[in-house]
Amino acid sequence: MTKTTEVASVNTHRAATSRPSTKASGTSHPHGRRAWGQLLRRATPWLFLAAPLVLLITFTYVPVGNMIYYSFTDWDGISPDRNFTGADNYVQIFTRPELFRVFFVSFYYLAASVAQIAIALYFATVLSFDLRFRNLFKGLLFFPYLINGVAIGFVFLYFFQDGGTLDSVLSWFGADTDHAWLGDPESANTSLAGVSVWRFTGLNFVLFLGAIQSIPGELYEAAQLDGATRWQQFRHIIAPSIRPVLSLSIILAISGSLAVFEIPYIMTGGATGTSTFVIQTVKLAFQFNKTGLASAAAVVLLMIILLITWIQRRLVPDEKVDLV
Amino acid sequence: MTTAQQTAATRSASDTRRVRRRGRIGQALIYLSLVIASLVVLLPLSVVFLTSLKTSKEASDGGALSLPGNWLNFSNYGTAFSDGAMLTAFGNTAFILLFSISGTVIIGSMTAYAIDRFHFRAKKLVMGLFLIATLVPGVTTQVATFQVVNSFGLFDTRWAPILLYMGTDIVSIYVFLQFIRGIPVSLDEAARLDGANSFTIYRKIIFPLLKPAIATVVIIKGITVYNDFYIPFLYMPSQELGTVSTALFRFKGPFGAHWENISAGAVLVIIPTLVIFLFLQRYIYNGFAQGATK
Repeated sequence: MTKTTEVASVNTHRAATSRPSTKASGTSHPHGRRAWGQLLRRATPWLFLAAPLVLLITFTYVPVGNMIYYSFTDWDGISPDRNFTGADNYVQIFTRPELFRVFFVSFYYLAASVAQIAIALYFATVLSFDLRFRNLFKGLLFFPYLINGVAIGFVFLYFFQDGGTLDSVLSWFGADTDHAWLGDPESANTSLAGVSVWRFTGLNFVLFLGAIQSIPGELYEAAQLDGATRWQQFRHIIAPSIRPVLSLSIILAISGSLAVFEIPYIMTGGATGTSTFVIQTVKLAFQFNKTGLASAAAVVLLMIILLITWIQRRLVPDEKVDLV
Repeated sequence: MTTAQQTAATRSASDTRRVRRRGRIGQALIYLSLVIASLVVLLPLSVVFLTSLKTSKEASDGGALSLPGNWLNFSNYGTAFSDGAMLTAFGNTAFILLFSISGTVIIGSMTAYAIDRFHFRAKKLVMGLFLIATLVPGVTTQVATFQVVNSFGLFDTRWAPILLYMGTDIVSIYVFLQFIRGIPVSLDEAARLDGANSFTIYRKIIFPLLKPAIATVVIIKGITVYNDFYIPFLYMPSQELGTVSTALFRFKGPFGAHWENISAGAVLVIIPTLVIFLFLQRYIYNGFAQGATK
């Protein structure tokens, strides 16, 4: 607990001590009441921030700190004693192929998110023009994003079953497959990545659509008067204005593909080579009681995600970063 | 030379014609793509709905796309409620929703009020703490969060998810922060002249004006909590503490290959979402767009 709380308290302390010294004349005033009032006023924001900060520190910063600490030990999560093992856990993650292999599963999801962004972009562009049943299509495309992940998992387990929906539909088109979709690693991962496209396209779509619709209509009219085709309109009007949202979606896609958990865990439990990094970490920690190793794995993932975010902030520095 | 000009002229004439025809064909293709996408969305869902109305025999013998014999056969839903403990699950989810949403609204609005309306030295630091926390993906830290929750003795209680949902929601703070900036400070000042203290200002002036932001947060948070699987799965293993997600997940074991029961459970879980979506569409689009871009 600690490092972060210490830093926080040191800083508040510094803030509290440095203030009176600059306003020493104010406090030495005969009116003691004013000093008290000033103190109260200075404390007010902290009264409002107390609960949020306590929760934030307890459930985000303390775990992160502990996790880094555990990652250098061989703790099993239960026993009172733990040994310091240095970087051994990290060495294991990068040298034991069965631990490292799960990273490659992310590529399926990464490829899927490329498809997902492309599909979302296409439909957002199409539906930004006036079309019949526009709201209906918009609703249909977005709805999957709202559905419970477990329900989606079951829906698609049934969908991919032998002789299930997918096989039946394919047989209409004369493609008789006796393929067990979730049977071998390659097709299982592809199918699961497909489910994730089905699930998450809606969010990207709505984000893109929102960005496109915030473009003033006169721009299109002017472009049309100049004889611009739809492609030209897309290329020169739509594309530039959705860049911030697009770059955000790409970051979400990359970190999302590294942190895939729900769909494969619910559908296959990580069997047949569909285990992802998070599934493996959860299993290490909660089934095999290897808290130390699992923590190291989580730290590695955290580092990768922070690195990606940092790169994005570097590449696209001025977009939506100022939150203060 | 002349032949080249002629061909150019004919080409431009046929070009305009082609453009017009292409416009119509393009339009048709656009509709076709939309219809295909709708089918892709609807097919898996409607098949599960059909299966939920089938008898056990129909579900195992008939093809996936066959129709149920009796369209009003709701017995699988009964089974899902009685054997699948869906009623307790909805109760638990409602309990968690109530507390975590009210907590998030109060905490988020207080944080936003403190950050936007006060000037204090460590403001940048506080903002930084919240900002950096958005980058830490919750799934990765659960290994250690688990130990923290466990040390409070909250493991396997409904308070574990409630506290986690309240404590790790930074998105809603941003939604409130964005909104609170639009509320003129002169309102605060007028109230202060009338002798109101900061807490009264927050409670009587700011909070009521935040209603639209509160609606957004309630919707986003509500749907996220309702759909969350990971946290209840990890922190509430007891059978009687099942939420909608975990109770449905447990259908996998006892109902094994009884797809008609599993389907009924899945449909039960989807229906509330569908109803909410149909009634609150506009708020939902805006809410998620706002929430995700934070």
